[in-house]
Amino acid sequence: MSFILRRLVFYAVAAWVALTINFFIPRLIPGNAVQNVMAKFPNLQPSAYKALEALLGVGHPGSIWHQYVTYLDDIFHFNFGTDVSQYPAQVSSLLVQTLPWTITLVGVATVIAFLIGTALGIVAGWRHGGTLDRVLPGLMFLQAIPYFFFALILVELLAIKTQVFPSGQGYADGLIPGWHWDFISSALYHSVLPALTIVLTSIAGWMLQMRNVMITTTGEDYVIAAQAKGLPNRRVIYTYAARNALLPQLQGFGLAVGFVVSGAIVMEIVFGYPGIGLLLLNAVTSNDYPLMQAIFLVITFAVLLANLVVDMIIVVADPRARRREATS
Amino acid sequence: MTAVLPISAEPAAIPREDARPGRWRRMPAKAKVGAILLGLFVLAGIIGPLVAPYDPSFQNPSPALSLHGPYGAHLLGTTQSGQDVLSQLLVGIRLTLELAFIVGLVATVLSVLVGVTAAFLGGVWDEVLSLLTNVVLVIPALPLLIVLLGYFQTKGQTATILVLSLLSWPWGARVVRAQTLAIRNRDFIAAARETGEKTWRIITWEIVPNEVSLIAASFVNTVLYAIGASVALAFIGVTNLNDLSLGTMLYWAESQQALQLGAWWWFIPPGLAVALIGTGLVLLNTGIDELGNPRLRDAASASRIAGRWLPPANPTPVLGDVSQRRGRLAGFLHSFSRSSLLDETEGGRAR
Amino acid sequence: MTASPGQAPIPVATSHRPGQDPVLDIRDLSVVYRTPGGDVRAVDKVNLSLAPGEVVGLCGESGSGKSTLVYGASRLLRAPALLTSGSVTYSGRRVTKPVDLLRLRADELQRLRWREIAIVFQSAMNALNPVLNVRDQLIDVIHAHLRMPRDEARERAGSLLDLVGIPRSRLRSYPHELSGGMRQRVMIAMALATDPEVVIMDEPTTALDVVVQRDILAQIVELKEQLGFSIVFITHDLSLLLELADRIAIMYAGQLLETGTAAEIHREPSHPYTKGLLNSFPSLRGPRRDLAGIPGSPPDLRDPPPGCPFLPRCAYGTSACEEVDMQLLQVATSKDPEHVTACPFVLPDTPAPPPRADRQEIAGQKIAGEPT
Repeated sequence: MSFILRRLVFYAVAAWVALTINFFIPRLIPGNAVQNVMAKFPNLQPSAYKALEALLGVGHPGSIWHQYVTYLDDIFHFNFGTDVSQYPAQVSSLLVQTLPWTITLVGVATVIAFLIGTALGIVAGWRHGGTLDRVLPGLMFLQAIPYFFFALILVELLAIKTQVFPSGQGYADGLIPGWHWDFISSALYHSVLPALTIVLTSIAGWMLQMRNVMITTTGEDYVIAAQAKGLPNRRVIYTYAARNALLPQLQGFGLAVGFVVSGAIVMEIVFGYPGIGLLLLNAVTSNDYPLMQAIFLVITFAVLLANLVVDMIIVVADPRARRREATS
Repeated sequence: MTAVLPISAEPAAIPREDARPGRWRRMPAKAKVGAILLGLFVLAGIIGPLVAPYDPSFQNPSPALSLHGPYGAHLLGTTQSGQDVLSQLLVGIRLTLELAFIVGLVATVLSVLVGVTAAFLGGVWDEVLSLLTNVVLVIPALPLLIVLLGYFQTKGQTATILVLSLLSWPWGARVVRAQTLAIRNRDFIAAARETGEKTWRIITWEIVPNEVSLIAASFVNTVLYAIGASVALAFIGVTNLNDLSLGTMLYWAESQQALQLGAWWWFIPPGLAVALIGTGLVLLNTGIDELGNPRLRDAASASRIAGRWLPPANPTPVLGDVSQRRGRLAGFLHSFSRSSLLDETEGGRAR
Repeated sequence: MTASPGQAPIPVATSHRPGQDPVLDIRDLSVVYRTPGGDVRAVDKVNLSLAPGEVVGLCGESGSGKSTLVYGASRLLRAPALLTSGSVTYSGRRVTKPVDLLRLRADELQRLRWREIAIVFQSAMNALNPVLNVRDQLIDVIHAHLRMPRDEARERAGSLLDLVGIPRSRLRSYPHELSGGMRQRVMIAMALATDPEVVIMDEPTTALDVVVQRDILAQIVELKEQLGFSIVFITHDLSLLLELADRIAIMYAGQLLETGTAAEIHREPSHPYTKGLLNSFPSLRGPRRDLAGIPGSPPDLRDPPPGCPFLPRCAYGTSACEEVDMQLLQVATSKDPEHVTACPFVLPDTPAPPPRADRQEIAGQKIAGEPT
């Protein structure tokens, strides 16, 4: 268990760092932040103001250490406070409303992009120098285009000029969210363009990376030995070469989770998709500090969790990692 | 740029710094294209603002010149408020490149410092620095940036530069550390230590020169990342909207509905500029990568024999075989005839 | 016969049956690497034949082309390698007529590989798939060539491990969980999985410590007697071959320098290089003599000098050596009628030249007492 345990400890440390950053930043804001918020939202209850003051460390409500402990306590009880811009909604309820949208869209699109990109990369790596390699410079260009730029062009072409897909939002106006087909089909329809953008802009990266790893792996002795053994080509490519190449590729996926999330945020903003990215932008523009804080924490924790999941997959896939577990 | 990763995250082979001359000549074609492309934009960045025909922020009140398409006086047309797009582009290129290069420099210096120190000192220092590296690595940068910029009302470029540098050094640090660990155990380092060379001298004169390819690749990657991140931030609108960077141009173009109104000359050029700069950087990086990792380079040029490409994993080609050019269909039909194998005897005796 | 101290000599059975068709006949094989800097002639028109049940040793230093020869013959070399001449004829029991490996299509080659000609690689750690366990890798090989139901295949995998002396519990182990010696035995078991006619062993014991080496070599000989396959044994250690091999071929810079039975090579080495190799390890018995290595290093194969490639390092070399065409000539004084050498000047009884400080200077000069 040692490997997983060590990773868990690491993620715990990272989570703690994120929490602490989150705690201190509002306290470093120059100027009178509370006054700004009060000016923007004059209709809040006094308790909301107090909560805000506690958040920003204004008015000295107890020692720093005491505040820190209270803060941590709140977090562990999922109490993110009362929202400011959509008063009197609780921050946590806002999160619960928007998270599923982001997770489904980004999760599914990223997995699809990873699978297709990796598959293409396997072929490109095995047939190094062949036709697929000629596409590479084009792919690099595609990858270099700012993804929101690409999104806007896609929207222009497929949504506005030709009306094939809707140009934004999560679902058609007037529909009530719920588990009925009207709503679900509308949601799916609205998610096609954002998903397509995510897939198209990230596929090149996965393919390039897998290709390079495959090239190195194909030159390894055990692949040549597998060919010497007269094993069928398919077996050599997939079980001997690709399965080993997948390990660094998965590690790369783990490292990329942060980027994927960042990209998704911007994507949501471009499409007006009701996920956590759009929520974050609205929070920032309206100086809704409690919401900003909470979203940052949620996003960070999601990234850490995804990393943990990838680590566990790697442990299953790589017997050498398991060995480190067994013998420690 | 949803996933901007160093192309080889862990080095597969120790890049040996070649003493052979002509490093430029030996770079593959696509890397040279990248370098030239990048060079063009750097040039534009340097002289651009000096040759810009108009003051980019000057708003021409004449309604005829609002959102005007390209013509003689305004080669790239005008914006909603009559500003010259070309001038904005030129100034924007400089601003964006400036920011990206500074971030790249600071982050690369930090990453080399941390990476080499961690690998060289080892032990507790290595553990601590590695932990620090991994923690900063795993915390998602863009959300943090958005939140930070949201808290601080002064949204100057300095804040962005600072935070981007502080969040992007771990990538390079990991790679540098891995490389330094590998080099550290090699004989010539042991020899240097035996002869009593001071540690810092060993680091500066023996280790770092062997990692130049790696550091260069890391720098290019960081610049790439910085451009992507800063343009994205500006586009969302959380940075200072009075800065005239490429990202801000895109923000204004989008918020004024440029694309929907058909004013492609306002929207496309900045996006295209970012894409081309990015492509140049990636191509350049491929060249640096292939310089350092011979397997990638050799495999590329090696699999063409007698003018024909063969999948590298095929059985070793025989000279007579290869010179027989056969299309796919012919080859398929050929595979049914057993006797044909013995027909090719003459081709084998090439010498 | 030489043997390392404290060890029993490896049992050798002579099984060469002259007059029979060789099971593997490499003729005139050349391997070239096409690099941007020019063509590297890694192997230059080399002949090697293997009779049924025979052990042929292939000896040379690193870079001599000994591994390149066999990998090229099996067509396992990757780009930019190219086979520019020759043929590799296989005539084992199971093929209806002799077959030239160089003329086979990919699918025919795939069927022939391993089933008939198996290879034991040098570094077992690198040659075994890290993510599959031993049983799966053995079954892979079995399924690729033999049709048998799953449980029969599993049983065969188990019995293969029995053959090499590894407990069956190891079937479920992964390569990194095995010791070096065990991994090498697994490699051998894998090579024998389909009962091949020819087993090529590429320095199978070089990476192991001496005790394990002897064990494995003894095992190899035992298995050969049991199953009747022929062996091409590649190594840089001539002393090993003197015990183990029936015939020995000596390679240098991609060319064959001398071929003959082990006994004759030992008794009447007919090439300066062979003499040099024999002088570089001590013998247990016999008079004490000075050990000498062979100073210098092999030539650059991109631009080989004319004539004999060994000339710069040869104690006997003269300017006449630059004209030598490297044809293999019969050694008249040898008891082995097929003992051949590439050196037309130096015969077994040529006296050794006086030691010189810088042997490089010898090339191009006539020296006193020049051999006829």
